[in-house]
Amino acid sequence: MMSGILVYSELQSTALGLLTKGRELAAGLGKPLAVALLGEGAAAQADACFAHGASQAYVGNDPALSVFQAGVYAAALAQIVDRAQADIILTASTRRGRELAPRLAQKLAAGCVTDATSLSVEEGRLVTERRALGGATVSRETITSPHQVIAVMPRLFDAEPGGESGGEVTQVDLALDPPATKLVERRPKEVGAVDVEGAEILVCIGRGLSEESDLPMIQTLADALGGVVGCTRDISHEYHWLSEEQMVGLSGKVASPSLYIGIGISGQIQHTVGILDSKVIVAINKDKNAPIFKVADYGVVGDLYQVVPRLIEQLSEGLPS
Amino acid sequence: MNIIVCVKQVVDLEQIRIKPDSRQPVLDGLPVLLGDFDKCALEESVRIKEKLGGKVTAVAAGSAKLKDTIKEALAIGADEAVILTDPAFQGSDTMGSARLLAKAIGRLGEYDLILLGDGSDDNYSGQVPPRLAELLNLPQVGAVREMEVVDNKVRAVRDLEDALEVVEVDLPAVISVTSELNTPRLPPLSAILKAGRKPVHTWGPDDLEVTADSVGTAASTVEVLSNLAPVQDRKEIVFEDAEEGVVEVIKALQREGVLE
Repeated sequence: MMSGILVYSELQSTALGLLTKGRELAAGLGKPLAVALLGEGAAAQADACFAHGASQAYVGNDPALSVFQAGVYAAALAQIVDRAQADIILTASTRRGRELAPRLAQKLAAGCVTDATSLSVEEGRLVTERRALGGATVSRETITSPHQVIAVMPRLFDAEPGGESGGEVTQVDLALDPPATKLVERRPKEVGAVDVEGAEILVCIGRGLSEESDLPMIQTLADALGGVVGCTRDISHEYHWLSEEQMVGLSGKVASPSLYIGIGISGQIQHTVGILDSKVIVAINKDKNAPIFKVADYGVVGDLYQVVPRLIEQLSEGLPS
Repeated sequence: MNIIVCVKQVVDLEQIRIKPDSRQPVLDGLPVLLGDFDKCALEESVRIKEKLGGKVTAVAAGSAKLKDTIKEALAIGADEAVILTDPAFQGSDTMGSARLLAKAIGRLGEYDLILLGDGSDDNYSGQVPPRLAELLNLPQVGAVREMEVVDNKVRAVRDLEDALEVVEVDLPAVISVTSELNTPRLPPLSAILKAGRKPVHTWGPDDLEVTADSVGTAASTVEVLSNLAPVQDRKEIVFEDAEEGVVEVIKALQREGVLE
């Protein structure tokens, strides 16, 4: 009977994080933990995977794997799943993973959960959580098909070495068709100086800001707090006042600062889904009925053009003791 | 160029309320509409048709409300629509939905390009495009924010985390698109009126040759244990006097230890 957990990610650090979590799941479910290593040179990662809990590494290389294409990688993984007799496949919900996981699941006629935000073993079943209804709810789900494919949010699990060291490497001969898509060009994105996800203090701006030229006021507040500036989708994607890397919420960044200040943000769930892990939430909005006040610890009802300068003034005067 | 656009009707997410005591979302009576990503896929299909000629067919699986919802697709510019609204299809998971769409596309016959949103506005699982591509044995290109059809190929710009990738794929292919691709047109009244006269076909299990155990609730591979709003335990201390609020909030943040 097939039974085993197989981890794959195109990102090495993510694969090690998945293995770290995989150790706990493997123990809870009583299944072996293996890793799939695909492509040129991937075999060199086997030792690191063993150090993070894998007891088996299935290595596959083929010219068709030289460029990532979901259809080809899914075919390769399906062959490794068969060889490893795995029934649970864990991968990451990167943009590539979001194409890979469902395609692999369809090859296996399996259920699939993407963007999982937690994994746990309950009564012998693997239970996942993911955001649903545009982020308004958390859907707890379990897959009922013989194979289960789960893509978890990237960077959800930190990599920590552990488990028994050493493992066995198995070469798998793959039979793959060449990729149907051709990579013409790869343009690396400019690495944004603004790290919204890693910020300890995050000041977010929304539609309440009237003019792009008012942004320096927001930046001044962020600087006074030692924080960074993020925004809602309107500001980055419609007005293009800030970079898309600064957008917080659904299909953007998920932040977990100790202090979040939302300014001129109504509080649609499409944005707040990205801030719920904040330790303290502060909202400034001129509409006292704005939904953001319902998810805030502290709120100030007022015109941001009066409140923000007052805040900056108070902060720069030196905090009262 | 025969283009098929798969769309999904979703409840209006802007209007979802949460029952405070049970944390359950209130969905009854909410209007349903086409998702934003789907409208971008439709808009792109119409632009391609305007340039290269051909036909755009919208295909959707969902509740009987699709009879109305699909008119928006026809108003944006689809020439006809196929809706899959049979009770036997209700409760389909992403695999069931992909099977229904694949069967309908198979029945439609000739096609060059299949367009979808990269994810639905409600659950955004993004599973249907890759699953559909697998069922039709076609290549899929996702996260597409720019695209162009040239010489029976699609040249697409993929929006990845760390890079933009320009790829080329021979048609037919499945392309799933993001909302950066275009700004969907707001159909004028004349187009809305015309939409009511365009053909809409309703296909059931017999038309699609699907068995009851391959779609719908019975075939679902994902069991939903619960679907509730996350627990949010916030203080909700709101100052209506801004002057006082600024001073009090700074004090509170110091007490909380988040301001030094």
